[in-house]
Amino acid sequence: MKRGLIWLPVGVFALLFAVVASGLVRPADRTIHSALVGKPLPTFSLGAILPEKPGVGSAMFRQGKPRLLNVFASWCVPCAAEAPQLDALHDAGVSIDGIAVRDTGEKVRGFLRRWGDPYERIGSDPDSSVQLALGSSGVPESYVIDGQGKIVLQHIGDIRPEDVPSILVALEKAR
Amino acid sequence: MKRMLSALALPVAAVLLSAQSSLPPARLAYTQLPDAHQEAEAKSLMQTLRCLVCQGQSIADSDAEMAGDMRALVRRRIAGGERPEQVRAWLIARYGDYVTYDPPFGTATAALWLAPLALLAAGAWIARSSFKRRS
Repeated sequence: MKRGLIWLPVGVFALLFAVVASGLVRPADRTIHSALVGKPLPTFSLGAILPEKPGVGSAMFRQGKPRLLNVFASWCVPCAAEAPQLDALHDAGVSIDGIAVRDTGEKVRGFLRRWGDPYERIGSDPDSSVQLALGSSGVPESYVIDGQGKIVLQHIGDIRPEDVPSILVALEKAR
Repeated sequence: MKRMLSALALPVAAVLLSAQSSLPPARLAYTQLPDAHQEAEAKSLMQTLRCLVCQGQSIADSDAEMAGDMRALVRRRIAGGERPEQVRAWLIARYGDYVTYDPPFGTATAALWLAPLALLAAGAWIARSSFKRRS
């Protein structure tokens, strides 16, 4: 018994080493996923940020057709980076609605003029309250909502060209 | 070297600047509630909620815009008559246990809550056997 006990510290060290090494080999995932994926879209209603485009409300996502809800801001650099991909999705026939976080109409107009405008509607979320209600922790984030108003996919960060096919598949499956 | 550094600093500064949004802080981000009791409840709740963009700080400690918006949300809901635990549950339903520094007991957190008790028991056992030897 005493003889075996002498190996205990070595064993504890080996265990600790394994824990630390596994963290090096496979770093932890620090992205915060929304717990609402698979659940219904929370009820909200946002006013328009531009006079020529209607605002966004949760009722529009229960009309039988899947839609893409894009949380963005004119002050967000990766949002400009994903603009070509949103245009590509728009060209593929996807209905895209935007939520402009902490933004002004003037700045959003400049952003759309510069980077393109794939949005059918844009709601203004001046105090991030709808962003928080969606379980989103940054801009940009995109949500695929099926025709019954259920969130089926959350894409965190900018949509890269290689992400477009999987988003199209999710939209197709949500049909 | 200096030129290289400043060439690097410029785009970094541009990104940092542009990460600041177009609007001033939310109304209740830096303003206390008029009711002292509600403000105390909100404050102690805010100290146990994680800032989502700074991750190591509570929303009470962070100057990030999203932390300000979360403080405003907490104060708004407390002022609207919600209990602090209801507000916490609302956030957990969206962000998971990750958002709270006071994680509820569950399968994922059982080790977290039980390990100190197990260690304490092990310590007591070790202490007992070593005291026994001395006498």
